[in-house]
Amino acid sequence: MKKLLILGAGTAGTMMLNKLRHRLDKKEWEITIVENDPNHYYQPGFLFVPFGIYNKTEIVKPKADFFPNHIHAVWDEVVKIEPENNQVLLKNNDPLAYDVLLIATGCTPDPAETPGLQGELWEKDIFTFYTYEGSCALHDKLENWEGGKLVINIVDMPIKCPPAPLEFTFLAEAFFTNKGMRDKVDITFVTPMSGPFTKPVASKMLSGLLAERNIHSVHDFYIEKVDEANKKIVSYDEKEVPFDLLITIPTNKGAAMVAASGLDEGDDLNFAVTDKHTLQSKQFENIFVIGDATNLPASKAGSVAHFEGEVLTENILEFIAGKPLTHQFDGHSNCFIETGYGQASVIDFNYEVQPLPGKFPVPGIGPLSLLGISRINHWGKLAFKWAYWNMLLKGIPFPISTNMSMAGKEEEAATEA
Amino acid sequence: MSEVLIAGKSVSVNEEGYLTDPSQWNREIAEQIAAEVNITLTPKHWEVLEYLREKQQAGEMLNIRKIGKSGIVDIKEFYQLFPGGPLKNASKIAGIPKPASCI
Ligand SMILES: Cc1cc2nc3c(=O)[nH]c(=O)nc-3n(C[C@H](O)[C@H](O)[C@H](O)COP(=O)(O)OP(=O)(O)OC[C@H]3O[C@@H](n4cnc5c(N)ncnc54)[C@H](O)[C@@H]3O)c2cc1C
Repeated sequence: MKKLLILGAGTAGTMMLNKLRHRLDKKEWEITIVENDPNHYYQPGFLFVPFGIYNKTEIVKPKADFFPNHIHAVWDEVVKIEPENNQVLLKNNDPLAYDVLLIATGCTPDPAETPGLQGELWEKDIFTFYTYEGSCALHDKLENWEGGKLVINIVDMPIKCPPAPLEFTFLAEAFFTNKGMRDKVDITFVTPMSGPFTKPVASKMLSGLLAERNIHSVHDFYIEKVDEANKKIVSYDEKEVPFDLLITIPTNKGAAMVAASGLDEGDDLNFAVTDKHTLQSKQFENIFVIGDATNLPASKAGSVAHFEGEVLTENILEFIAGKPLTHQFDGHSNCFIETGYGQASVIDFNYEVQPLPGKFPVPGIGPLSLLGISRINHWGKLAFKWAYWNMLLKGIPFPISTNMSMAGKEEEAATEA
Repeated sequence: MSEVLIAGKSVSVNEEGYLTDPSQWNREIAEQIAAEVNITLTPKHWEVLEYLREKQQAGEMLNIRKIGKSGIVDIKEFYQLFPGGPLKNASKIAGIPKPASCI
């Protein structure tokens, strides 16, 4: 029997497990998945829990519920990959050999990277909604918070789900308005980028919206540390922003074992060096990488993992058959951006084309309006949760094409930005 | 994209003033772009610029963090050398595209 080994049973690993089990001959291929946490968290839900929009119990399910039959699951931590020996070392179990390896170990926030974040103020006046525990703790804090200076700070890029910090900011503004205490809260969005978003047309639309909602924004702010005594965040060039409540999006890092295995770029961020079109490791041809674990210049998002999955399944099948890899990922990303008050925007882009206005997914008709703000976009965001549990994880294709389409998009907007 | 004259040489730049072809760059061009943002280039600046050009040519992603780990400068020194937006300024002076490290 030949062995296909998947590391990580999050969004991408679980999806690929389902797709590949369906496509690979059971008599020829044994599939094993290794994972150290039995709970599957619906991470997009972390954004809604602090405001009581989702309950903390509705975003967790057992990972094993989404595994197909005829696979092996090993509940353990991956310590190291030994590509030369085609095996993976585990913390508590014997090494696992592989013919083909798929890395899907994602990334996680690491507050320890920034001095003062995880000190005395941690989960008293400094919170993150980027983890399940953090999101739940913030919910409890917001229930009784009496107001003051609310600061939302992105420590460094790249982060998973790049719009999430802005969405949090818009949802917070609406939350305090609905609570009748907006006048007691001063909101500031602080980012290391030169604008609220990474792509020009969307950035312009979103900075307009921040101003409209009376939210201050500070750009080009690269945090060095938290001044805990004076409750300020301090940048490398000594700019300061005071806070009463700090919401941090800490440095996002891949799994430490990626660097321990020598598969990263050597910058301590632990992202695996991956071909941006084929999703094959740049170092070893029988290793593939998907989702947040890669170093691709694409968004780290569940929707991206989904589009990558369509390409990667075909490429793995071609690799196994000894054929050249002919399927190419174009960087396609599609995400909803919550803007508060039951409305949302939606963006669709790839490596080459930035988000543009238009209608989606049916050109000219929609029903979703790209870069526009509407209630139906918000319903789309909420429907994503159903699609995530019932389609995405099970590897069922969405009615959206894998490669981005220019149909329905307004190209003139790009030149005006 | 347009053609401009920098330090007596015609080069193509994008809307934000970044050189679109790193091979058109030379030291005089770097000095003139630096002067526009009030920076006088010292040997330390040149070391950083060479590093950026090298990494860009190798197709590596550039970000402030990586420069802080380069062994040439730490992040604080990088900010002191190229005040404001150090990566943006340094890339412009180095004649390489604006780094797309922010996705
Ligand atoms: C607040 C927030 C909001 C978001 N909103 C959206 C959204 O609206 N839309 C969207 O598309 N995406 C969104 N995302 C992003 C999305 O959740 C991720 O991009 C997606 O889950 C990535 O899938 P993945 O499989 O690569 O990583 P993950 O799903 O994180 O899975 C990685 C798995 O690997 C396991 N693992 C790691 N290291 C080891 C090891 N050494 N040994 C064993 N197992 C290991 C982990 O336990 C985990 O189960 C959001 C994320 C956050 C944090």
